[in-house]
Amino acid sequence: MIEFHLESRSGVSPYLQIVQQVRQAMRLGLLHDGDQLPTVKEVVAQLAINPNTVLKAYRELEHEGLASARPGVGTFITGSLAGESLAAHGPLRRALQTWIAKARRAGLDDESIEALFQSSFRSAADEEIA
Amino acid sequence: MSAVLSARRLGKRYGRKWALNECDLDIPSGHVVGLVGPNGAGKTTLIHLAVGLLTPSAGTIEVLGNKPSDSPAQLSRVGFVAQDTPTYARLSVADHLALGAHMNPGWDAEVARRRIEDLDLDPKQKAGTLSGGQRAQLALTLAVAKRPEFLILDEPVASLDPLARREFLQSLMEVVVEQGVSVVLSSHLVADLERVCDYLVVLVSSRVQLAGEVDELLASHHRLIGPRHDVDALPRDQHVIEESHTDRQSTLLVRSDGPILDPSWTVEQVDLEDLVLAYMGQAGLSTRRRRNPDGGKAVSQLDVVR
Amino acid sequence: MIAFGWRQFRGQALVGAAGLVVVGVVLAITGPHLVSVYDSAVAACRESGGQSAVCNSNPVTITYRGLQYGVIAVVLVMPALIGMFWGAPLIAHELETGTFRLAWTQSVSRTRWLLVKLGLVGLASFLAAGLLSLMANWWGSPLDAASPDRFGAGNFAVHGFVAGGYALFAFALGVTAGLILRRTLPAMAITLAGFIAARFVVTDWVRAHYMSPVTFTQKLSASNTGFQLNGPIGSHATASVMAQAPGLPNAWVYGARIVNDAGQSPTTAVMQQACPNLGTAVPPPGLFKKGGPGTLGSHSTTGATGGIQDAFTHCINTLSANYHAAVTYQPANRFWTFQAIETALFVVLGLVLAGVCTWWVRHRIT
Repeated sequence: MIEFHLESRSGVSPYLQIVQQVRQAMRLGLLHDGDQLPTVKEVVAQLAINPNTVLKAYRELEHEGLASARPGVGTFITGSLAGESLAAHGPLRRALQTWIAKARRAGLDDESIEALFQSSFRSAADEEIA
Repeated sequence: MSAVLSARRLGKRYGRKWALNECDLDIPSGHVVGLVGPNGAGKTTLIHLAVGLLTPSAGTIEVLGNKPSDSPAQLSRVGFVAQDTPTYARLSVADHLALGAHMNPGWDAEVARRRIEDLDLDPKQKAGTLSGGQRAQLALTLAVAKRPEFLILDEPVASLDPLARREFLQSLMEVVVEQGVSVVLSSHLVADLERVCDYLVVLVSSRVQLAGEVDELLASHHRLIGPRHDVDALPRDQHVIEESHTDRQSTLLVRSDGPILDPSWTVEQVDLEDLVLAYMGQAGLSTRRRRNPDGGKAVSQLDVVR
Repeated sequence: MIAFGWRQFRGQALVGAAGLVVVGVVLAITGPHLVSVYDSAVAACRESGGQSAVCNSNPVTITYRGLQYGVIAVVLVMPALIGMFWGAPLIAHELETGTFRLAWTQSVSRTRWLLVKLGLVGLASFLAAGLLSLMANWWGSPLDAASPDRFGAGNFAVHGFVAGGYALFAFALGVTAGLILRRTLPAMAITLAGFIAARFVVTDWVRAHYMSPVTFTQKLSASNTGFQLNGPIGSHATASVMAQAPGLPNAWVYGARIVNDAGQSPTTAVMQQACPNLGTAVPPPGLFKKGGPGTLGSHSTTGATGGIQDAFTHCINTLSANYHAAVTYQPANRFWTFQAIETALFVVLGLVLAGVCTWWVRHRIT
């Protein structure tokens, strides 16, 4: 059984933090297919957060196909992410390294590179939603 | 979803001063609602109207579909913990549970017993000798063991140390899961409520300034940072809540339903505390002129508030 | 609710019960001695054929003098204490400490909560004070036998069971004051003042009207009259004559007036004509001694000699042709009726106040 923690100032909404922590645990092999996630009651008793937050996180995991709820019993992990280590994305990583080199040659410093990346990432995310 | 608390133009007056004025609310059931506002804003007045300890001077209020009244049926559906968690100092914990059992037909002795046990409270200890956190937990037990549909808590954690505060909120959330109660809890600090509330009501100067689901509020408010703008030129669906300008730069907090299309703005998320502070400021509470740290003249938000 | 009401009252009830027990023990220890002192004096009187000094003044009246005053004080004061310490804090304490916000949000209506507390503690007040009074009466019965005056204005309140009614009223007054003022200490002060005022008003102005008093007439004679001069001795001042009320054991004598058949007192002209010499006769030495029991006027001629005595006797004989003494009083056998009436009066006042409290809690407290 895993435990969650919450960073109130991280800027990431609580339910997403839970989703991320489940995914991370799956990647690290702490959660396997068929493991039960903590019950809503257990999570709120530990974190003092709204039960709807936990429900939302678990629904999101279901939506992503990573978990499934069995009424009256609990929520269980389905599938696995163990193969999704960073090493599996070789081509993407190399493309990124090339782009970073290009940006450096154009004269951008570290912070400018990060700012450029963040704003592009955000507008791409907004376009996905729109 | 039905409303646990509905108010229409609700007001309460003491002499010539209105402690609560023109209050319109529809708080949906199934939520943990935070009632936020500075001291003296009217939170306790609204709460006392909801539990029947006060009668309105104007307007109407309905709780669980009925006027708050003295009737046993209505009283048994609403659990209440008053500010400073009053308890009978000379009576023991067990006496308080007996109070609950005798005065509430819906009393669930098992729930009460289990909570007292889990909290490690000595049934024979006099309530006056309990710590603040223990008294708050005792008061919560009394409110919860009668199995209400609706729990109202007036500043339950205001005078508790951080550990007691955390434990109280953990305990409260457990109750929400177990019994499915709707909860309203008030506080003058947003930080207390951020983790547990999914609906927010901001009360400032005896009026409701803001009410809505937390997710929706956070999604519809943004901080815009960019070159100096004239706020009158903003699109009509963007409402400025708070603004601050230097000669070169404008920082705005806006409510907007649509996306922010102007590329000159850097758009940031707002956290709940800043959001509440902005609405409190909008209500004219802030009297300080804000100065830009590098010496540029800043314009006080009071100057441009319309 | 009743069980919880009792739990809240328990501490105060124990104090009250302990007090009653202490008083009861003291009375139980000293009571039999009082009885024996009384009985011995009665026996001694009988043996002496009515000549002994104890026939007129039973020594029991001075036995345990201090304790007597103490018992009277306790019975007098207990209703006020009950009003202040059981009544005033009943609601005021909850309002002051905020516990009413806990009590009024359980599943019991405010009205029911109030009525249970009023009924429980009100009944306890009535019984406690009534019991104390009856215990004191039991203990003091030899004293009452020796000096029978329980119906008199000063003694009525500490005899019988009327203290129970007083206590119930004081309790209700305390609760009402506490409810309206919302503070215990001011409520205690108001309760004390209001209770004292009510007792004075009833004792001085109301009690005399419960039933019409009885009048009986008495022939005037020098032994049951006295006179008062409206100026110094030796001047030609006019005099007024007063009748001395008879000693009616355990009756409440309002007074005695000298009147003719038409109910009129002697006018100045009548007095000048009938008693011309009272103002001029030279008083012999030793005339002015302290009057004996029952003396109303400034001067009694009992034991006086010479001119004044003759002048006065002549005066009285002249007057008695047309005038007699009219004594108004309540007969001794009405004592328990009056106790019942006064108790009922105070109980009704208490119930009215309880009604006020109930209305206030329902409609005004919010």
